[in-house]
Amino acid sequence: MQHVYAYKFVILCLALFLCSAQAFADEHQQQRDILVSLIEKDVGDNSEFLDSNRLTEQVIKAIQTVPRHEFVPLKNRHQAYKNRPLPIGYGQTISQPTIVAIMTDLLHLKNTDRVLEVGTGSGYQAAVLAEITKNVYTIEVVTELAERAVIDLKRTGYDYVKTRIGDGYYGWEEAAPFDAIIVTAASSHIPPPLIKQLKAGGRMIIPVGSQFMVQHLILVTKDAANNVKTRQILPVKFVPLIGKH
Amino acid sequence: MTRFDKLPYLVAIAIVSASSLAYEMLLMRLFSIIQWHHFAYMIISLALLGYGISGTFLALNRDRLIRYFPTVILANLLLFSISIPLCFLLVQQLPFNPLEIVWSPVQLWYLLATYLVLSLPFFFTANVIGLSFYRYKEQVSSLYAADLVGAGFGSIAIIMLLFVVFPEKILIILQLSLLLAALMLSVLGFREQQMKTGRWNVVIISVAVIALIIMPRIDTLSLSPYKSLEQFLTIPNTHVLEQQSSPLGLITIAESPVIPLRHAPGLSLKAVDEPPHQLAVFTDGDGMTAITQFDGERDAISYLDQTTSALPYHFKPLQDVLILGAGTGTDVLQAIYHGSAHIDAVEQNVQIIDLLKHNYADFSGHIYTRPEVQVHLAEARGFVTSSSKSYDLISIPLMDAFGASASGLYSMTENYLYTEQAIQAYLQHLNKDGYLSLTRWVKLPARDMPKLLATVISALKQENIQAAQQILLIRSWQTNTLIVKNGLITDEEITRLKQFCSDRNFDLVFYPGIKEQETNQFNILQQPYFYEATQALLSDQSKAFIDAYKFNIEPATDDKPYVFQFFKWQTLPEILPLLASGGISLLDNGYLILIAALIQALAASLLLIALPLWLWKDKLGIKSGQQESQHALIYFFSLGLAFLFIEIAFIQKFILILQHPIYAITTVISTFLLSAGLGSYVSSRIISNVKKYPILVPISGIAVFASIYMLNIDAITIFLQHQPDQSRFILSILLIMPLGLFMGMPFPMGLARLSLTRPQLIPWAWGVNGFASVISAILATLIAMQFGFMMLVVFAVVLYGMAAYFFPK
Repeated sequence: MQHVYAYKFVILCLALFLCSAQAFADEHQQQRDILVSLIEKDVGDNSEFLDSNRLTEQVIKAIQTVPRHEFVPLKNRHQAYKNRPLPIGYGQTISQPTIVAIMTDLLHLKNTDRVLEVGTGSGYQAAVLAEITKNVYTIEVVTELAERAVIDLKRTGYDYVKTRIGDGYYGWEEAAPFDAIIVTAASSHIPPPLIKQLKAGGRMIIPVGSQFMVQHLILVTKDAANNVKTRQILPVKFVPLIGKH
Repeated sequence: MTRFDKLPYLVAIAIVSASSLAYEMLLMRLFSIIQWHHFAYMIISLALLGYGISGTFLALNRDRLIRYFPTVILANLLLFSISIPLCFLLVQQLPFNPLEIVWSPVQLWYLLATYLVLSLPFFFTANVIGLSFYRYKEQVSSLYAADLVGAGFGSIAIIMLLFVVFPEKILIILQLSLLLAALMLSVLGFREQQMKTGRWNVVIISVAVIALIIMPRIDTLSLSPYKSLEQFLTIPNTHVLEQQSSPLGLITIAESPVIPLRHAPGLSLKAVDEPPHQLAVFTDGDGMTAITQFDGERDAISYLDQTTSALPYHFKPLQDVLILGAGTGTDVLQAIYHGSAHIDAVEQNVQIIDLLKHNYADFSGHIYTRPEVQVHLAEARGFVTSSSKSYDLISIPLMDAFGASASGLYSMTENYLYTEQAIQAYLQHLNKDGYLSLTRWVKLPARDMPKLLATVISALKQENIQAAQQILLIRSWQTNTLIVKNGLITDEEITRLKQFCSDRNFDLVFYPGIKEQETNQFNILQQPYFYEATQALLSDQSKAFIDAYKFNIEPATDDKPYVFQFFKWQTLPEILPLLASGGISLLDNGYLILIAALIQALAASLLLIALPLWLWKDKLGIKSGQQESQHALIYFFSLGLAFLFIEIAFIQKFILILQHPIYAITTVISTFLLSAGLGSYVSSRIISNVKKYPILVPISGIAVFASIYMLNIDAITIFLQHQPDQSRFILSILLIMPLGLFMGMPFPMGLARLSLTRPQLIPWAWGVNGFASVISAILATLIAMQFGFMMLVVFAVVLYGMAAYFFPK
């Protein structure tokens, strides 16, 4: 008889656990949906800088799907779905979701594309990219961050993201060329080897600014004839002159 | 005070005052290292509220405290000495991150906690001085003289200490000097009171011994993890090679042996060459520059031909080159690469020069001792003004780090390198057909370059130079370089310009005769903003363009040298809704921080100073509607504001005369304080000798001297700039002294009058004056930004006039 009670108790606990886990999952999903609507509104209001007037479906879906809280240190987890950058230790931050969405959108990714990320950080951006394509390569120079990102990517199901610890300046020679490159690690200039590893027709995005403040984005494009150009993009709608639009 | 006790007491007051001023300047230094200097400025200004709070505390408890006078004085001295290191260590434990303020309101509470903790030491020091004024009313002029003279010595001592000791080590020096003052008072200061001080002596010595044991073991500085030094050190195998400290900053040299530094801002997208091995150099843990390894092999530094600043070297061979702000020598290397025969490199930080001349001479290829390079330890503007040489090229390279520039960090810092008068001075030192080259970061929306263009074009117009025929502007994705030629731009130069840009994917922004379709080709902006700004600023519509621009791009002048102040109130409503969606960089936060500091200071003062005084006004002997108290309030408040207004304006004006900010700050502050101390000492004689309106003596003196100096400041500046070093300093001191002498008189004269009529108001007056000083430092910068330094002095003279009118009856 006692066994039956114990059995029932275990079942009850398990059910409670599953319910609460489901409740948390629902809550996080709800928070992500709210976050996405905020991002969409921001981008919709100020979409001049994008090539279309809204984010692509695949980017929206990626932000809706990736559990950002899993990439945020425990003490900041309650703020994971706020549209703001958050500290992740070692003087680094997880980027503001709006900026992540815009950067990802500007890469014009297809699901077969090969993407290189220089500066894994929390791993969140890599996960967002991995929602769109299975061919994501990411390099991080800070060992502790890289190790933590590997664990977090694995735990959240993005174990197919290829990770590497080390210098990102020379890119990932063995996997090159790339359709898209995203450089979030600080650098005084755009590393020439990365430009070399960008495919003809490829796109590279670089946020410029400091940890809690993206000043603008640099979109580097390489045309079919391997000519390289940049576009400087302010991620909001703002013209510096009154009365001129 | 008996005559025997007076001297040790006055010496102790002088030490307290010296330590307090030194501590204030030291905190500025320490916070500039662990955080950023504009927050340092905010925190320290607010910490001085301790003075105001002390005034309230003394006013309400004066009679109780006076009963235990020696004990209260010794206890406050002891608490001041203990709080000097303790409060700083405590504040470092707070998780305050100024970069997160926009994102996280909790940071404001940490900020509040920070300056409340730091007001404690100033509260204790103000208690000692304020209570002494009340206790020894008849000796106010001597006490105030000791206070000012002490502060004067403190300002010199801290600058000297910062040259020889690391800032965190100075904490214990200040602590011990205060304990010495306490011991001296305990043994010699209270004989009149026949106080048994044996126990106090034991306590004081014990605290000193404990401090000596504990302090060297405490690792005192913990930098924000978001400073570039801390981030650099997270890269595997990086390490600090050495550190050097001076009042200009803490220099850290660090190396990354495994992953090269590769510092090459503005490098062309077409560049293939990597920079050679480099060492990182940080100032106050930020603003990274690099020392580049150079073995004399020209090809190794070919990357320096791939930046926008290399442009002038492509027009013709440039023999005589002047680099202003040479720093760690990157632009000197660029001139060496292009074969310049004679290079004058001007750098104001002696430690940077020493590092390149000695410790890293081999590494850097002895660039600062090469035969063609001459290094000058000087402030750039001062060097140009006093030099009689002329050059083929005067180059002002990128000196500030991008991050600092982007966040508006420098918006409240004066900068005399990019003013109209500076541009005119550079042009006077150019050979015929020589070039002035100015390189800045590309900042979006465009701010720096339009402002610099507006300044350059206005300077050229004043000299009747055809700006449109003499300027060139190019841009990479990261930097832009503006060239001003001392002569008309030729077709050949335009051809070379086009070649240089197309070889490197740099964009043409302006040359005489440029067409819009030639711009915005490689590094594409939504609109060709820089081209449009140049065209508008060169046209008759420049004034309308400046007015309609959403950032402040008014030309910078020597009177308003706020080159990096771009904030406009009209734009704020548009920016605020964009903050959460990636528009934070639109905000130049330096100016707003200043406004926030002023609001916080006013709010805290109302809460901590005005409210308690109003609630307990009966206790103070203030009756409602009584005019005398209101007069006293206005009198001491005006003095507090005006003294610093004049001091700050003079520091700024003397930077150009003494040719170095450190010399200017030290000379002006110490001369003002020491001569004001003397003024305070003689003020008692004026009161006894001038029966009718004695206050008019110092006020007329201040008005006359301040007006004469300010009306003739340009002539005085030029005259002094051309004097030899020694005479320049002596003459500057002699000029400031009479003004300082008069400025030291009104405060003790007011207190002396109160001591006869309403002695209970003395501590209260001290608090009001302290509070006004807090407001004054912030307000002075805001006034100078808006109206210039000349108007700041006019405001000060008006305030002194107002003080004369409200002199306590």
